[in-house]
Amino acid sequence: MSEIFVENRQVVVPGEVLADGMDYLPGQGAYRSGDSIIANKIGLVSIDGRAIKLISLAGRYLPKEGDIIIAKVKDVGMGSWRMDVNSAYTAMLPVKDATSDFVPKGDDISELMKVGESVLCKITNVTTQKLIDLNMRGPGLHKLPEGQIINVNCNKVPRIIGKQGSMVMMIKEKTGCNVLVGQNGLIWLAGSPQGEVIAVNTIKMIERYAHVSGLTDIIKLHLEKVCEGLNLPAAEELNTNSLRLSSGRGGGSSSGPRRFGGRDNYNQGGQRPRRYNGPPRGARQ
Amino acid sequence: MSKYTKRFDGRKMDELRPIEAKVGVIAEADGSAYFKIGKTSAYAAVYGPRELHPKFMQNPKCGLLRCNYNMMPFSGMGNRVRPGPNRRAKEISLVTASALKPVVDLSNYPNAVVDVYIELPQTDAGSRCAGICAASLALADAGITMKDMVAAAAVGMVGDQVVVDLDYHEEQPGDGLEAVDIPIAVIPSTGEITLLQMDGIISKEDLMKAVAAGKKACLVVNEIQKKALQKKYADLTKEATQIVGKPTAKASKKKTEVEGEANE
Repeated sequence: MSEIFVENRQVVVPGEVLADGMDYLPGQGAYRSGDSIIANKIGLVSIDGRAIKLISLAGRYLPKEGDIIIAKVKDVGMGSWRMDVNSAYTAMLPVKDATSDFVPKGDDISELMKVGESVLCKITNVTTQKLIDLNMRGPGLHKLPEGQIINVNCNKVPRIIGKQGSMVMMIKEKTGCNVLVGQNGLIWLAGSPQGEVIAVNTIKMIERYAHVSGLTDIIKLHLEKVCEGLNLPAAEELNTNSLRLSSGRGGGSSSGPRRFGGRDNYNQGGQRPRRYNGPPRGARQ
Repeated sequence: MSKYTKRFDGRKMDELRPIEAKVGVIAEADGSAYFKIGKTSAYAAVYGPRELHPKFMQNPKCGLLRCNYNMMPFSGMGNRVRPGPNRRAKEISLVTASALKPVVDLSNYPNAVVDVYIELPQTDAGSRCAGICAASLALADAGITMKDMVAAAAVGMVGDQVVVDLDYHEEQPGDGLEAVDIPIAVIPSTGEITLLQMDGIISKEDLMKAVAAGKKACLVVNEIQKKALQKKYADLTKEATQIVGKPTAKASKKKTEVEGEANE
């Protein structure tokens, strides 16, 4: 006779017996020992038909193929960048997967992207030894402009995004910030100083109460309360075209020192000028 | 053998000292816990899985569990200890790691490390057991995959009696009494022993009795550990409902009451 000891969305701890008998199957976060199904980490129970799995509540990011993440340049190599992806392992972003432009062999690629800069990119491959390949040639993948990057528990990212992006949309609307959420728990945001503070606090709040059901309503009320009377200016939409890595040379050969245009294009499209980006293109000969 | 009929602090022979356990006490750590048993208290902080340095320690097949046990210089009897690892601390760090290794699964984290730092601000015997209990809680709090928790307790003999959870006075009883100290760590679901040390002289029969008593005590400890983990999330849920849910519910209730009176 099979018997189940837990309810849906209940918090369980490692070693807790979830069910007895062969009628149930262990999913992610659970294992079978003899007849019983036992939890092997802390998490929320999710019963799906016969399968019992756990939704993780804690733990560092483990890179997974197909994830869209925020990565930061850690080192610049000959033809690739070594990227920090907020996990125990670093990732590799080859030049050919970073830009569609032709970059001659031996070029200094730090002119495209320097140490410390961040990008939104996609994990294309993860080996058993956790060697990670990145790609940023897809739609919506680009370098991140000025703004702040905060770190949250990666297990709470689905809650921060919400169903069909409802939660993050709400934050964007109310605070007027641009927000990009990486699956690895890094969140980039930019907006008015006051808007950013409210957005960060709200995200931290979602992270803290992620396991509570009916969170969207709580956050909605919270945002309405803190944004009341404030007139936060909406940030302009990101011009992703100008944020693509590009050599800006049209691929042809040229005389004189080579220049990459990636950084010069930063402020096109009316981004607020936080940093002096050099003289305009035409002025440079 | 001298008789030991009544314990110095009046506990029953198989009674543990009062236990207090709390999870999530260190904000920046991936997982953390506080475990207090009697006058012995331990903090544990878990960091990782993260990159392992020095590189020669990396294992391409499996992640490494690295423990660090440290009694604070002012803990214990008040005799200042030179800070930093000494021979005893190194040994206990090692046995703590091997007591926890059987439950944690780091096969998915090659070349990485999980660091466990155990600090004891106050000690009164049973510190390695408190450290293991705290570390096990912190590992679970850090979301590490582990097939079960590890619970630990000290058992032993004072005079002719098998006793559970000796304090410092019982370890050094004097009065012609001899004490044996046996720290035990157990995986509660299977009853497997992951730590068994002994200091003193004991007969085989008494040892078996002590181990049985130790296993029983560990089960009691494990219940407290489980509750501590659950409590973290239960408290957060309470907090979340208090932010908006409760006051508004109360306010609306009051309103309807007032309206009800007005209608009457």
